[in-house]
Amino acid sequence: MNLSSKATCASHGQDSSYFLGWQEYEKNPYDEVRNPDGIIQMGLAENQLSFDLLESWLAENPDAASFRRNGESIFRELALFQDYHGLPAFKNALAKFMAEIRGNKVSFDPRNLVLTAGSTSANEALVFCLAEPGDAFLLPTPYYPGFDRDLKWRTGVEIVPIQCTSSNGFRITKPALEEAYDTARNRNIRVKGILVTNPSNPLGITLSDKELNLLINFVESKEIHLISDEIYSGTVFNSPRFTSVMEILLDRNYVDTEVRNRVHIVYSLSKDLGLPGFRVGAIYSNNPMVVATATKMSSFGLVSSQTQYLLSAMLSDEKFAKNYVVENQKRLKNRHMMLVQGMEDAGISCLESNAGLFSWVDMRHLLESDTFEAEMELWKKIVYDVGLNISPGSSCHCLEPGWFRVCFANMSEETLNLAMQRLKSFVDSIYQSNDSYGFFHNFSVKDSRRRLLKKWVFRLSSSDRGLERDR
Amino acid sequence: MELKGSSNLSTLASSNDHGENSLYFEGWKAYDNDPFHPSRNPKGVIQMGLAENQLSFELIEDWIKKNPQASICTPEGVQAFKDIANFQDYHGLPQFRNAVAKFMGRVRGGRASFDPERIVMAGGATGASELLMFCLADRGDGFLVPSPCYPAFDRDLRWRTGVQLLHVECKSGNNFQLTKQSLEDAYENARKANIKVKGLIIANPSNPLGTTMDKATFKMLVKFINDKKIHLVCDEIYSATVFRGPRLVSVSEIIEEIECDRDLIHIVYSLSKDMGLPGFRVGIVYSYNDKVVSCARKMSSFGLISSQTQYFLASMLSDEEFVGKYLSESAMKLANQHDLFTRGLEEVGIKCLESNAGLYVWMDLRPLLKEATFEGEMDLWRVIIGDVKLNVSPGSSFHCHEPGWFRVCFANMDINTMRIALGRIRKFVVQESDQVLQVKKQKRTSKRSHGLTLSFSSQMYDETCSSPRMLSPHTPLPQSPLLRART
Repeated sequence: MNLSSKATCASHGQDSSYFLGWQEYEKNPYDEVRNPDGIIQMGLAENQLSFDLLESWLAENPDAASFRRNGESIFRELALFQDYHGLPAFKNALAKFMAEIRGNKVSFDPRNLVLTAGSTSANEALVFCLAEPGDAFLLPTPYYPGFDRDLKWRTGVEIVPIQCTSSNGFRITKPALEEAYDTARNRNIRVKGILVTNPSNPLGITLSDKELNLLINFVESKEIHLISDEIYSGTVFNSPRFTSVMEILLDRNYVDTEVRNRVHIVYSLSKDLGLPGFRVGAIYSNNPMVVATATKMSSFGLVSSQTQYLLSAMLSDEKFAKNYVVENQKRLKNRHMMLVQGMEDAGISCLESNAGLFSWVDMRHLLESDTFEAEMELWKKIVYDVGLNISPGSSCHCLEPGWFRVCFANMSEETLNLAMQRLKSFVDSIYQSNDSYGFFHNFSVKDSRRRLLKKWVFRLSSSDRGLERDR
Repeated sequence: MELKGSSNLSTLASSNDHGENSLYFEGWKAYDNDPFHPSRNPKGVIQMGLAENQLSFELIEDWIKKNPQASICTPEGVQAFKDIANFQDYHGLPQFRNAVAKFMGRVRGGRASFDPERIVMAGGATGASELLMFCLADRGDGFLVPSPCYPAFDRDLRWRTGVQLLHVECKSGNNFQLTKQSLEDAYENARKANIKVKGLIIANPSNPLGTTMDKATFKMLVKFINDKKIHLVCDEIYSATVFRGPRLVSVSEIIEEIECDRDLIHIVYSLSKDMGLPGFRVGIVYSYNDKVVSCARKMSSFGLISSQTQYFLASMLSDEEFVGKYLSESAMKLANQHDLFTRGLEEVGIKCLESNAGLYVWMDLRPLLKEATFEGEMDLWRVIIGDVKLNVSPGSSFHCHEPGWFRVCFANMDINTMRIALGRIRKFVVQESDQVLQVKKQKRTSKRSHGLTLSFSSQMYDETCSSPRMLSPHTPLPQSPLLRART
């Protein structure tokens, strides 16, 4: 067939289980009334907890709602506005909002902001600006499965993983960085930069100052770029507080340096404001050439002027924006606690996390064997038999089998409770199944030890998860 | 000019290959520094370089007032807010796809119908064109493009895709119609240069010509691409701007009439021109090839249409009564504005290519050139911007092979502004005719520009831009005409 190689190859990454689970859900979606036995969607990192706040803002701000400014219709102006520099009022408001989320420890110059159609578009455009086909970006694993498409597909750029493991809570280490870099070099691939997600997807943790400094030292010495995808920055619901890479640069007094010119942020309103449908993404860079090029590239995916206007009004209402972030974080914290508790009740632990719309869940003890095949088997059971669409760690390129990403912010409390009940029933049924099945043969030994340990741990302190995590 | 550390960027970022660094922006700068306003700045530069449809907003505004439920933000519509704000499915809202498919059928007078399952979203026509290139061609492959053509194709089709554009020159001698010979020649030249031709892209109605393709020519070129087994991309973004016969013949009709491999046929659509909504970024890829639809849909993730906008437009375009009214009134207003402008030009002896569509005319100023070269065209252009104070687009920016043609937009202003523009043109023509006669008599040797600077940095321009009435990324983006004149 005479299509492009991009059209005929499979590197768009959409054959991964991440997307397949999604498809299964689409075929049989849970509905409280119409399909109570359907699959519950827990593979979608959406924030559906705070729409009421947005809706009440809209009710109080009818002008923004209907193409009016000070009572005057501005429809025509918006309909015609296609300037790729973006609506100034919107960029100003967005820059302030981004600063607010970072506790105003850093400030953002709206002129360095480039608006794009979602962070999907922002990430791709940045890679086009920084790398040639065949170059590579290093990414810590596990990472967002969509990166395989967003960063690689049309750009021709490679991803080389920085392997992180459960042994230290999946933190980025210097040896792991070096190893990734050397792996690329040994394959004759030029490394152009590192891309991290902070807070992390799928881990739900904020990068530590130690990790951030490590990254900056590394990109400085190797003279490469650092992209920090901070689209979950507003979802931090527990300490430690969010520290942006920009803050570290400021602390280290890296003003007007080469390094600062090579550090770029990707942002979006899809997660923090729960507005993925509106396609609002942004690139922030101190590098004028990157800003200039990315601005031109944004032509291929500008943000609808109608949406820019609505959001500029919303975010300029600083009181509202601040309030929203605080209230939203409260709700996320509660929901997160519910999930973690529900998991515990099922004898499953989660990586301790303080951000994001999901938990990184440890189901290694439920695997038939320490293999990805076993992980897939377990995943299929969970999707088809238990009726929960969760994301297997392999789709996130996790090095160790048995980890799953489970989302908690895209459903009602009742649905979350139901999901946890289903999971508990499933796990209980495994406990009850005997060895003659040959399944989970490690199980009974581990299981009883685990239960003992668990009881002991709870006696000591219900919040100390150290022992369980070390397994 | 190399910034420190710029070698650390991709060649896309560090080279000037994006096609936006041309002298053309002088016209924009002149307009931006001194924009016309009927009361505040009546002597300012009138913007005639922007192909926007500003004639029918009242109809839409009226509809909006009567249909508050179409917005997810009003009290009448807010119950849909949550679902819509959350909706990021790259298939698009079903009601949006249905409405667009129906609209496209209506624009073609019901002579073709469109399958909503084949509607794929993109970030404006800009995003749609690039997306199709990514699907159909690899780096280094070639696409044939009849010229004169939309200048931003240099960016949209080539920049990030690495696809080569092979211009097929159309000549004024036959009113710029595409001929079989020119297609064959272009194809052959590519083959000799070892460039794999993957397809042909046409704009119908044409930008900058404002003409629609006749059936015979269309059938010829469909046969051509079919024989060569190459793709045909039809950019039909001006389809509803046809204001007079002959009526639009869309590729969707042609393939019903002649044998053709439908897997080779693809359409780019948008609402930026037909409905005057460039700010809403509504681009559509419509392909008759299932694999392309599937691939394009995945790629559309990079430029989905805001769900807020999809929802609003689904509502508006499903209102069949409104659509009918809009299409006929818009065409009528375009016809009136076009006629007013061309008659005014005729009165001073300026001819335009006879056109029946588009938001502009293709004006023939060859008689006013002091010399029949692209330098002469540039000189004339500078005078038009600097002295006559009209921002028009020189033909060279459209890769026109003959100097002296200009694209002039008429649908982005009211009638009074147009009358002022015509008055200025009248005055200038009278002056110039005298001058041209003198020049021909005296054989002037020095060619001076009219004081506008020659060196120009688009980056400087970007940094000094602070007003929102600025650059449209969709204005013509030519290669430097001076470069062309020199080579």
